[in-house]
Amino acid sequence: MTAAYAILFYSATLILVIGLIVKIKQYATTPAPLKIPTTPAPTTKQGVVLRMAREIIFFQSLFRANKWIWLFGWMFHIALVLVLVRHLRYFTEPVWFWVVLIQPFGIYAAFAFVAGLAGLWIRRIAIERIRYITSPSDHLMLLILFGIAGSGLGMKYVSPTDIVAVKAFILGLLYFDWQPLPADPPVLIHLGLVALLMIVFPFSKLLHAPSVFFSPTRNQADNPREMRYATDTGRNVASGE
Amino acid sequence: MDDYTLPELREPVEIPEINTGAMAHSQPFVAAPKHQLALGFPGELVDDWHDKAIAKFGELLESQRALKVYMDACVKCGACADKCHYFLGTGDPKNMPVARQDLMRKIYRRYFTWAGKWFPWLVGAKDLTRDVLDEWYSYFHQCSQCRRCSVYCPYGIDTAEFSMAAREIMDHVGMGQKYCNEIIGKVHDIGNNLGLPEKALGATLEDLEEDLEDDTGVAVRLPLDEKGADILLITPSADFFAEPHVDGLMGYAKVFHQAGVSWTLSSQASEAANFAMFIGSHDQMGKIAERIKDAAMELGVKRIIVGECGHAWRVAYNFWDTLVGPFDFLDPAYPIPQHICEFTFDLIQKGELTFDKSANDHMTLTFHDSCNVSRASRMGDIPGGQFKIPREIIKACCNNYVDMATDTIHENTFCCGGGGGLLTDDLIELRAKGASPRMGAYEQVVKHHGVTHLAAICAICKTQFSKVMPMYGFAMDDIVGVHQLVNNALILDGLGE
Repeated sequence: MTAAYAILFYSATLILVIGLIVKIKQYATTPAPLKIPTTPAPTTKQGVVLRMAREIIFFQSLFRANKWIWLFGWMFHIALVLVLVRHLRYFTEPVWFWVVLIQPFGIYAAFAFVAGLAGLWIRRIAIERIRYITSPSDHLMLLILFGIAGSGLGMKYVSPTDIVAVKAFILGLLYFDWQPLPADPPVLIHLGLVALLMIVFPFSKLLHAPSVFFSPTRNQADNPREMRYATDTGRNVASGE
Repeated sequence: MDDYTLPELREPVEIPEINTGAMAHSQPFVAAPKHQLALGFPGELVDDWHDKAIAKFGELLESQRALKVYMDACVKCGACADKCHYFLGTGDPKNMPVARQDLMRKIYRRYFTWAGKWFPWLVGAKDLTRDVLDEWYSYFHQCSQCRRCSVYCPYGIDTAEFSMAAREIMDHVGMGQKYCNEIIGKVHDIGNNLGLPEKALGATLEDLEEDLEDDTGVAVRLPLDEKGADILLITPSADFFAEPHVDGLMGYAKVFHQAGVSWTLSSQASEAANFAMFIGSHDQMGKIAERIKDAAMELGVKRIIVGECGHAWRVAYNFWDTLVGPFDFLDPAYPIPQHICEFTFDLIQKGELTFDKSANDHMTLTFHDSCNVSRASRMGDIPGGQFKIPREIIKACCNNYVDMATDTIHENTFCCGGGGGLLTDDLIELRAKGASPRMGAYEQVVKHHGVTHLAAICAICKTQFSKVMPMYGFAMDDIVGVHQLVNNALILDGLGE
C-alpha cells in the first residue's frame, strides 16, 4: 500500500506539474493579435495589476453577476486556500510559525469549504439554466472535492488516523525515504482522491486557475491611443502582405 | 416568418424559462457564391468542409490567445447564463453565452483535447457533423458580439471571440452570411456599405448643404475630397441619407463650422463601418481599415475623426493602429483617432459652443449606451469617459434628461438587438425579441419619468430602433442621434449676416 501510494503521488505530481507547464506555455506563447480589454478598463499596467487582483482575490466580476454564485464560490475558494495552508503542517518539520497560527481557522474553513460546495452543487441541480449547461464532468469535480473534504473531516472527527505516521509518510515522499502509510480507509480515500484531482487538473476545467491570468479582456490595459500595440501577428497590411 | 409573439416588457427584466429549440429555426441567408468569392472565400460549402473546418479551427487556436484560453477557462458557473439579451428575449437555452460557447467548445474538446478524445461522454465532446455546422450557423448568428457576458464572467470570457471565430471558420468552408459578406464587397467596390457611388454622394452632400442654408441662413459646408483639409471625418454611410442618422451628420457639420476648422469627407473612404470585425476576419478588417489610412494620406489631413458608429469606433480606437498603423503622419497633438463626441465635448468645455436648449424642449431624453462604445472602447482620458461624454453633450443641448435603470446602462447596457452583423430583415424575429430587455428599461423611464426619446451614438442602434420601436408601441422617430440634438440646438455664428 505504501509503495502504491508513493508511486501514485510521484506520478500525480509529475502529471500536474508537466501538464500545467505545457498548458501555461500554450497560453503564454499564443499571440494576442488585437487589443480587446473589456472596458471600462484600467489605462495603465499598475491599474491592470489591481484589476486582476480584485478578480482573483474577490471575484469582482462574479460578484456583479450573481450574488449567490459569488457567495458559494468565494466561500469555497477562500476556504480551500486556508485548508491548503493548514495542510502545510504535514509537509514541514518543524512546522512554520504562521502555519501553526492559522490552524484553528483551517478547521473552520473545512466546514465553509463543504458549505460552499454544497451551495454550488444544489444550484447546479436546482436551477434549470445551470442544470442545462452542466456536463457529467462538472458533477465529477464536485464529487471528488466532496470526497476529499468528507474523508478529511472524517479523520478529524469520526475515525482518527495515526496522523503522525501520515506526516512521516509525506515527509518520506519529499525526502525519498519512504515511511509506512497507515492503512485506514479515510486516509486512503483522502489521499487517493487528492492524487486523482492532481491528475485531472491539467485536463479539465480546473485550468481556470492558470487561465484567468491570461485572459486578454482582463489583463490588457486600455491604452491603444497612448501606446502603440503592434504584434507580429497583427497583420500589418501597410507593410505588405 | 411573422407568427411569433414578442416578449412582454419588464424592468427589471424577467429571466425566462428555458424553451429548448425556440430559435433553432433562425438563420440568416447564406452568402451567394459571388459574395463569397469576392472576399476570397469558397463560393459554396466545400466537399471536405469537415477537415477544412477543423484545420481552420486549429489555426485560430494557435493564433488567438483569447480563443485558446477561453476554450479551457469556463467552469460552467452560470454567471453569464441570464445576461444575453437574446436569451432574455427568446428563452432559447443555446442563447445563454456559456451554451453558445459550448457549441464550439464541444468540438474543441473532441479534436484538440486529450479528455475529449478519450472520454467524450464525460466532458460533453462531440464530433463535427453537418448538424453541428448548421447549429453553428444558426446560433453564431444569434450573437451580436456585444460583450455583455464578458463583463460578468469571472474569467472575462468573451462570447464575441467565439462567434467571430466560428464565422471565420464557416466563411472558410464556404458557408458565409449574405448580409455581412455582400456589404464588405460593396465597401471594396464602391467605398461604402450602402453602395452609394461617389457622384451620388457628392449630390447628396450638396442637397444637404442647401437644406442647411435654408434652415439656418448660414452656409454650413459638407466638403467632399478636399485636399489639404485639417480633419478627415469617417462616418457610417447611413449618416448620408438614413433617418435619423442624417440629422446627426448635419450636427457634425455645424460643430465643425462653429469650431472654424477645415474638414472633409472622403469618397474613397465614405464608410466608418468595418463589418469584417463581425465575421472575425483580420485580413478583411485590415483591408477595410487600410483604405481609410490611404484616403487620409492622400488628402493630406492632420486628424481623423470618427462619426457616430459603435463597432466602427471599436475598430478605429482599438484596431486601426495595430492593423494598418502607424498613423504617424497625423498631428500627435490630437487623439488618433478622435471620436466626434470627444471633439464636440472638448468645444463645449472650452465654452466655444452656444446652445438654445429650448430647441429640444419638446423631448425628454434618455441615452442608450451602445455596446461597442461601452464595453470595447473609450472616449476621453479616463476609463468610463465613453459614458460621461455623450451624456454631457446631451445635457449641454437639452433641458430634460433621465437615465434608465443602472443595471441597463454604462457597461451593463443591453444591446439594441441588431449589432454584430445581424441588422438584416431575414433575422427580424431575433432582432425584435433581442431588443426587449432594452425596450423594457426604456418603457420604465417613459412611464415614470415622461421620457419621449431615446438617444444613441451608433448607426446600427439607430436603424434597429427605428425598426423595432414601433413593434413595442413607440414611434419610429423616437430614436435620435446625439448630434441630431446638437443639430437642433447649436446656435451658429454668422446668423443674419
